[in-house]
Amino acid sequence: MLALAAALSSQTPPGPSLTLLSREGRRAIPITLAGAQEMVALDDLAAPFQLAVREEALGAITVTYKGKTILLTPDQALASVSGRLVSLPAPTARIGSRWLVPVEFVSRALSLVYDARLELRKPSRLVIVGDLRVPRVTVRYDPLGASGRLTVDATPRALASVTQEADHLTIRFEADTLDVTNPPLAEPTSRDLLQRVRIVDPATLVVDVGPRFAGFRATSQPVDTTERLVIDLLGQTETTTPPAVPPDAAAPAAPLPGAAPPPPPPPPELPPAFGQTTSAIHTIAVDPGHGGDDAGARGPGGAVEKDLTLSLARRVKGVIEARLGLRVLLTRDDDRSVPIDERTAIANNNKADLFISLHANASLRKATSGATIFTAAFEREAAANATAGGADRVPTFGGGARDIELVLWDLAQTRHLDRSAAFAGVLEQQMRERVPLAAQAIDRAALRVLESANMPAVLIEIGYLTNPDQETLLKSDAFQVAVAQSLYEAIVRFRDSMSAGGTR
Amino acid sequence: MSSASRIAVVAGALGLLAAAGLFAAFMWTTRWSSQVPPRATASAAAPPPAAPAGAGRKIKARLFYIAEGGTRLRSVERDVTFGESPVEQAREIIAAQIAPVVEPLVSAVPPGTALRAVFITNDGQAYVDLSREVAAAHPGGTVNELLSIYTLVNALTENLPAVTAVQVLVDGKEVDTLAGHVDLRRPLAKNLSWVE
Repeated sequence: MLALAAALSSQTPPGPSLTLLSREGRRAIPITLAGAQEMVALDDLAAPFQLAVREEALGAITVTYKGKTILLTPDQALASVSGRLVSLPAPTARIGSRWLVPVEFVSRALSLVYDARLELRKPSRLVIVGDLRVPRVTVRYDPLGASGRLTVDATPRALASVTQEADHLTIRFEADTLDVTNPPLAEPTSRDLLQRVRIVDPATLVVDVGPRFAGFRATSQPVDTTERLVIDLLGQTETTTPPAVPPDAAAPAAPLPGAAPPPPPPPPELPPAFGQTTSAIHTIAVDPGHGGDDAGARGPGGAVEKDLTLSLARRVKGVIEARLGLRVLLTRDDDRSVPIDERTAIANNNKADLFISLHANASLRKATSGATIFTAAFEREAAANATAGGADRVPTFGGGARDIELVLWDLAQTRHLDRSAAFAGVLEQQMRERVPLAAQAIDRAALRVLESANMPAVLIEIGYLTNPDQETLLKSDAFQVAVAQSLYEAIVRFRDSMSAGGTR
Repeated sequence: MSSASRIAVVAGALGLLAAAGLFAAFMWTTRWSSQVPPRATASAAAPPPAAPAGAGRKIKARLFYIAEGGTRLRSVERDVTFGESPVEQAREIIAAQIAPVVEPLVSAVPPGTALRAVFITNDGQAYVDLSREVAAAHPGGTVNELLSIYTLVNALTENLPAVTAVQVLVDGKEVDTLAGHVDLRRPLAKNLSWVE
């Protein structure tokens, strides 16, 4: 980290670059393209991350960080990280005297041994080192008659202030830096009102306004984990164009004194600022498998599934609550036995929007390895009964049952299978970048704990405890962090896709 | 063996068969509920210790064992004692399926598991009643559990056209799961996606 500060440089090399962001500053590292694959030189990573890169006699390259070693083999898309094999999207390649690795080396290999959190945001070519507040910011502009609306979304939530100076508005975010995912308005449609949006310093955007700009109104509201800032730019109505508003509304739309917010109420053609996009995820139920008398699977080294799932669940809860601000319920928070129906009852009664059951696998073949994500499967007749609307009693806490919905409790999941599969797909993508997966990474089966879940639901088998190497891996902090990070990323993407698609 | 004792053994065996038949008839007409069958009935339903007359006849059956990769089953054709009726044949198939095997075969059914009884209903649902070891000695893991169950389900549905679905019972009782994952409260149909 100190080296990062020492190496702080704001110079951007020509061509694409990977930006390292840390408390100490930012540094750009050149990216070399090999086809579509973005590669970086190990030499360039060595200084900022304090790595020792050494070429071994047999052609292997060792990358050492604080006594921990990553072994790379030329022309192989694999890295051995402290003895654990991870896959890379492209092989290590030599160009001249330099060794190039895919940018994913940072997230898949280096992050496993590095002291601070490393987050690779590939679309924006960013590596975030440590716990920086770096919201992803998207900017959209919609011309609305004589006026226009800027919508600025910051995820995770970051508040912003908007002030007006001469010919521009300044948006200052409470963040360390911004990850602006779309180029701010390359082609504004009406330059006389809005000219462009610029990034002027790490956490500030500037909106250059045109001659027709008369005033603005800014409102901000959380939309789940996104803070949505809506700035209505109010335009002077020109005498040459017919008024866009009825005569009785003409007065507020008349020219305003130069630069004086607060502006008048927006013209009537503006749609409501909020309500178009509401996030569908507020509460997540995380179910640590087994517990109490039911220990679950055991590893040859003594690791027990029930302990592993509980520590992972607590970690997932911490990450998601802290970074997404969602409510996370654990179906157990200590070593006790919880009946399967009670696990789903906790999720159903609290109207959780997502159910995630955590497990560790076992095999009678010692070498079996890799994580699998399960969704529920129903036999055809059972599914038909569920949609036909049969019995309708749902167990609740304190015993008894109450009639709430016309779907069989045992088959509640049948209504959510599509979205469960969608979440499993997103999660697989995220896990594939971080942890070893089984050959068939997604499976469907008649799993008891998923069937009664009245929300999208998955069961994750994080790996095989019966495989000694996997047992060591599954117990490690780095692995548990990687799973928690995968879940975090998957939830963000799933939520975004649900908001975009509006399916619920 | 004296003739008197031979008669006693035959009578005993007939008694056992009769009790098993009564219990099977009970199962055919009654939807299985979770009550425990009386101890005497349960033991009476145990498979006969030796093959009846006509022993030596074999059929070829596809049995299932854990594949090399550990996440799927593979089928192996083996000789299984011929059974006169579908239910007897089902019993022979399950007995062969859960019998101990040596490497390279690895069985997904925990060692020590014994067959208590097999019933087949008129609509083709088979109930395979196994001793408690099938759950108590189960090493856990969703995939392991799926392989244990589909070993039994597929062994019957693949080899017996009369059987369309299989429910596993433990110690004569309906159970939620074997090891906490797979729903055993309903009969499961053949599923070859768990077979390589």
